[in-house]
Amino acid sequence: MDFLTIIQVLDSTVRLATPLLLACLAGLFSERAGIFDIGLEGKMLAAAFFSAAIAAMTGSVWLGLLAGIAASLFLSGIHGLASITFRGNQLISGVAINFLAAGMTVLIAQSWFKQGGRTPSLMSEGRFNPIELPFAEALSDVPFLGPIYSELISGHSILVYVALAAVPATWWILFRTRFGLRLRAVGENPAAVDTAGVSVVGLRFAAVAICGVLCGIAGAYLATGLQAGFVKDMTAGRGFIALAALIFAKWRPWYALSACLLFGFLQAIALRYQNIDLGAFTVPVQVMDALPYILTVVILAGFVGKAVPPRAGGEPYVKER
Amino acid sequence: MNTAADISPAIELKGISKAFGPVQANKDISIRVMPGTIHGIIGENGAGKSTLMSILYGFYKADKGEIFISGKKTLIPDSQAAIAAGIGMVFQHFKLVENFTVLENIILGAEDGAMLRPSLAKARQSLTDLASEYGLDVDPDAIVENLSVGHQQRVEILKALYRQADILILDEPTGVLTPAEADQLFRILNRLREEGKTIILITHKLREIMDTTDTVSVMRRGEMTATVKTSETSPAGLAELMVGRKVLLQVDKVPATPKQTVLEVENLRVVDEKGVERVKGISLDVKAGEILGIAGVAGNGQSELLEVLGGITSGTGVIRVNGQDIDLTGNSSDGQSRRARGIAHVPEDRQREGLIMDFMAWENTAFGYHRDPAYQSGILMNNAAIRADTEGKMQRFDVRPPNPKLTAKNFSGGNQQKIVLAREIERNPDLLLIGQPTRGVDIGAIEFIHQQIVALRDQGKAILLVSVELDEIFALSDRIAVMFDGQLMGFRDPAKTDEKELGLMMAGVVEEEAA
Repeated sequence: MDFLTIIQVLDSTVRLATPLLLACLAGLFSERAGIFDIGLEGKMLAAAFFSAAIAAMTGSVWLGLLAGIAASLFLSGIHGLASITFRGNQLISGVAINFLAAGMTVLIAQSWFKQGGRTPSLMSEGRFNPIELPFAEALSDVPFLGPIYSELISGHSILVYVALAAVPATWWILFRTRFGLRLRAVGENPAAVDTAGVSVVGLRFAAVAICGVLCGIAGAYLATGLQAGFVKDMTAGRGFIALAALIFAKWRPWYALSACLLFGFLQAIALRYQNIDLGAFTVPVQVMDALPYILTVVILAGFVGKAVPPRAGGEPYVKER
Repeated sequence: MNTAADISPAIELKGISKAFGPVQANKDISIRVMPGTIHGIIGENGAGKSTLMSILYGFYKADKGEIFISGKKTLIPDSQAAIAAGIGMVFQHFKLVENFTVLENIILGAEDGAMLRPSLAKARQSLTDLASEYGLDVDPDAIVENLSVGHQQRVEILKALYRQADILILDEPTGVLTPAEADQLFRILNRLREEGKTIILITHKLREIMDTTDTVSVMRRGEMTATVKTSETSPAGLAELMVGRKVLLQVDKVPATPKQTVLEVENLRVVDEKGVERVKGISLDVKAGEILGIAGVAGNGQSELLEVLGGITSGTGVIRVNGQDIDLTGNSSDGQSRRARGIAHVPEDRQREGLIMDFMAWENTAFGYHRDPAYQSGILMNNAAIRADTEGKMQRFDVRPPNPKLTAKNFSGGNQQKIVLAREIERNPDLLLIGQPTRGVDIGAIEFIHQQIVALRDQGKAILLVSVELDEIFALSDRIAVMFDGQLMGFRDPAKTDEKELGLMMAGVVEEEAA
């Protein structure tokens, strides 16, 4: 493997890790506040569809992004209503959202565009295009560091940088602000927050809303950044891999970055090396495609160590004497 | 201290009523608490003490009635309003975020701005001040779950003081403390009173009321039955007001006449699932016709000792009952085979281990004995027989209401315990293991349960009692062993020891036994 190939694989790692990272941070906010969210997948899918649809209709990727966020927020609202207000089961609510999104996106896509459940391919205006960082061109000839800067660091869409910036931002919010302290507390012991005179419901809805926004960006990136338009089930389990990454990261923002980069790297490898010829037989492409998912299981089963989830996670808060 | 008539009460409640569905938890309650006093509220479980305090802290809204704070009519719709009115509450089960630091717990909800740093710095300073003012030392950077229970309670008190509370409500504060920690708590409360704070102490322990309060209110079945000066009452008088009839506070019993050894334990060790050794080589014996009481602060291995004896967990060492070895590996033994060997077990936590709360009383009385031929009818259970049997048991043990078809959770704590006792005692065991027999049980039922245990002893049974209540240990035991950190600190004769000595042993300090 030569240097350029490595750079290319890493470059594609960054792009593939971006939706995972956004979804993972989305889950982090929600679960740190005690609301388990297996509906990340559905929210991303809905956001992917609406962002692509609106971008295709208006020609504006920014309107598309807003529509994606709105769709995701709407589903978050349902999840919040079911699991916070009505104290329903968070897993069931999440499963329902996944089903709802999987069905509705295709249905609406067919009704609007009549292209077999997909949106029209997006032209350049309807997509988030790569941004050239300053001097990328000029520095590209510098040995070693040049390609790293111009190929790996520069040349991604704005949402990739947003996702990367969201990591320190999340850390800062969680561990340096009043809101973060309360958010973490409500996921550990909502009774402590309640007796301190702070609204448990308000905090949890805020967390679920942030989760909705981040999922919306993740979905929009899938349909308008990574690819050019929406196709059926295009999230392909990324919401669940993001959840796996979240557990792997032990609900911490910086660990989440590493975990998502690892999973993104696995996907990049699978994309690049489709058939591996081992002489006697060929490792088929399906095995390579399945690799990230297999490794997810292996890593979660064996290498996580002790991951302690937020203690009040998954449980609706009921006031008690 | 405050006898002048012109001082308005720190708290005055007028005509507070609160109903939960058909249950009237508080009926027309009025109370006046003068500033700078410690006011006790005593009553049995379910008498409505906690409901009343929850209303005062804004957890519940009263159906009727008014609250006056320092003479001003105050509405308390939520906890925030209570905090603003200067009320702080220390709950029985602490409301702390266990993996936060002390400092983080203290500022939670009372931060000064959107950024944490300035709030933390300010809290650190005021914590130092409070520590020196009231003797409330706690390491501000310690993680709460690493603190002892006594220190966690201090954090709760500090939380209230940091919020400028003038009125402090403590709900059953000593339930989880060692005697020494409790003494320390009361010293702190006295200090707070001297500084002009008003303290409301909710408890069911008569001794605490007598020792620390200035005035005391008694609640029974949702009503305030009396408010008296503590100096003008007596424990017996208070107990009568609580229960509504005369109560024997002392258990009547004749000296024990121990006979042959029933239970022998040698070098027993138990390692829990985390790999921590909980029982560290214990040896003891219990004879027929005696009660061995094991005292200790909760969490020092008594639970594990009971569980391994009862066949719930496995351990190593030797256990002999009536001279025969009992398998400890857990491979060929369980609760049922233990029962077949004449061991009955009344577990510490009746709601988790003693009963299935969603099952009916008659189903619960069959557990562990469901293979009894009398309960069978071919391959089916003879439910009618079990129900009839249960009805008899309920009558003999005064379970109220005596309805076998009521689910376990609908009985009061005392009646639940009577159901478990009836199940275990009526099987005529040689050895009774009994943990926390009267935890969460009201005074009237305590009297009955204690009498049953002593009666069983007088029939010549061996009884191993584990309790965190020293009063109970003294009332029942013929011999006392103290457990600390998985080991027995020694045996004492209840007539020749006192609370002070046992309290020290419970903290791991052994004075050489005066021979």
